[in-house]
Amino acid sequence: MSVGIDLQSSFIELLQGYGLTPGVAKVVWMPLPMVLIVGAVTVLALVSTWLERKVSAAAQQRIGPEYMGPFGLLVPVADVVKLLFKEDIMPAKTDPWLFSLAPLLVFIPIFLSFLIVPFGQNLLISDLNIGIFLWISLSSIAPIGLLMAGYASNNKYSLLGGLRAAAQSISYELPLALAVLAVVMMSNSLSTIDIVNQQSGYGILSWNIWRQPIGFVIFWIAALAECERMPFDLPEAEEELVAGYQTEYSAVKFMLFYAGSYANLVLSALMVAVLYLGGWGFPISVSAIAGWIGISETTPWLQVITASLGIVMMLFKAYLLLFVAILLRWTVPRVRIDQLLDLGWKFLLPVSLANLLLTAGLKLTFPVAFGG
Amino acid sequence: MNLAEGVQLVSFLVLSAMMIGAALGVVLLSNIVYSAFLLALVFVSMSGMYILLNAGFVAAAQILVYVGAVNVLILFGIMLVNKRQDFLPVKNAWLGKAATAAVCLGLFALLSTMVLATPWAISDLMPIGDGAIVAIGKHFFTDYLLPFELASVLLLMAMIGAIVIARRDFLPDELLSSSELPPESEMLTLPERPRQAIAARK
Repeated sequence: MSVGIDLQSSFIELLQGYGLTPGVAKVVWMPLPMVLIVGAVTVLALVSTWLERKVSAAAQQRIGPEYMGPFGLLVPVADVVKLLFKEDIMPAKTDPWLFSLAPLLVFIPIFLSFLIVPFGQNLLISDLNIGIFLWISLSSIAPIGLLMAGYASNNKYSLLGGLRAAAQSISYELPLALAVLAVVMMSNSLSTIDIVNQQSGYGILSWNIWRQPIGFVIFWIAALAECERMPFDLPEAEEELVAGYQTEYSAVKFMLFYAGSYANLVLSALMVAVLYLGGWGFPISVSAIAGWIGISETTPWLQVITASLGIVMMLFKAYLLLFVAILLRWTVPRVRIDQLLDLGWKFLLPVSLANLLLTAGLKLTFPVAFGG
Repeated sequence: MNLAEGVQLVSFLVLSAMMIGAALGVVLLSNIVYSAFLLALVFVSMSGMYILLNAGFVAAAQILVYVGAVNVLILFGIMLVNKRQDFLPVKNAWLGKAATAAVCLGLFALLSTMVLATPWAISDLMPIGDGAIVAIGKHFFTDYLLPFELASVLLLMAMIGAIVIARRDFLPDELLSSSELPPESEMLTLPERPRQAIAARK
């Protein structure tokens, strides 16, 4: 396994070259990846709103945004500027504290979860030992924010939307966690880096999607439900609930919900890529290609190419999944609330338990292929 | 004091202040919804304490179980119970409050003397840190198997109880006009159709 580029140690060595102590050099380094990731995630979320408009338009045989910048690329920027300058209205009978706090409670855990999303062997903020578990536990905070928004708005539609959102998010967390558990069982680690490395042996053939097809489908359905995407967008079902828990929100607070939901979608797509599609891995193992050409894996320029390829592959996979999610939006009709809960509790949960059992059995029978 | 120790000290102080403040808020605020949300803050600061103690897994589990499950359940309970009845003012309420205060103060005094009197055996060993998940898993399936399984039986019992309560047939609200309000003794119970009556109708 190639070590790849370690930007942190190179950066700290560089600063030490200028005469700084190791401690100070590390303090200077620490905020850099965080700021970079927050900026990158914002851009990724904005790109996905543009993609949503364009793909939706194509699905309905329209053109979509066209005049603002090339291919309407500046539409998300215009969105942000508009929402920033809009008057921040707080309806008269709301609960001011909870009303302002709720969007933050939804928004912050999502951005915090990007802590563990790897774009390369060393290209992540922190390779935590609990890795993927941190994401699951952080995503369980969101229902509190949604309930808070629904309650604080002092509006029937908002409260119903908030309760629906929380119920949905709790119901689908179980199949999601069980699908992740099956993958974790195969890779013997919760760390996202280890999960990707375990899939990197034979390029596309060793990706988890071949070994966990049921888990992949369960995870994708549950992730869409967690993100409140179209077949499962009951919390904001326009025809029934105006806009659910977002009804009373405007301006910056609405933007936090909106950005949060798209960042969550990008995060889920990245997680599917990490768990089932080999993370930053190229379909053909890069070290194998280097071996055929006869270049050492530690050649600096090759490492730079590998790292960039990793980032591109990761984003490519994520946006491919995003494209599928948007197509699903215009293909599948919305489910009713009882169908949603039936699907979650009576179908996905038993199937994911069976999948876990099957994985455990296969792991004991074929330890070579299933990571004994 | 180097940077890491300073950060640790400051985080500890902030977390402690947050936890104590939020816990006081849970008890003292009269709005029960605020109390429920502040309870979540208490749990979050507790998980921060676990992180300070190098127990990342326990911290994440704390958030998942207490904030994500227990607290959401409490909030659901509060928001779905829609009982529009004013509480009757109880006579001599101060007596109960005084008794509660006395019991609480006594407990607090007892616990603090215990904390101060115990010679705590502080271990010099390094915290297990990243190996915690493996260690906890091994304990769960060897020497702590019985408590682990008993806890799951407890949860199963709670679940069955919840289903039994949720599947009761309530009298619809419009049938209960103000003239036929239940007698005082049944004021705090949910109006419910007797089982036999339902069975006979079917």
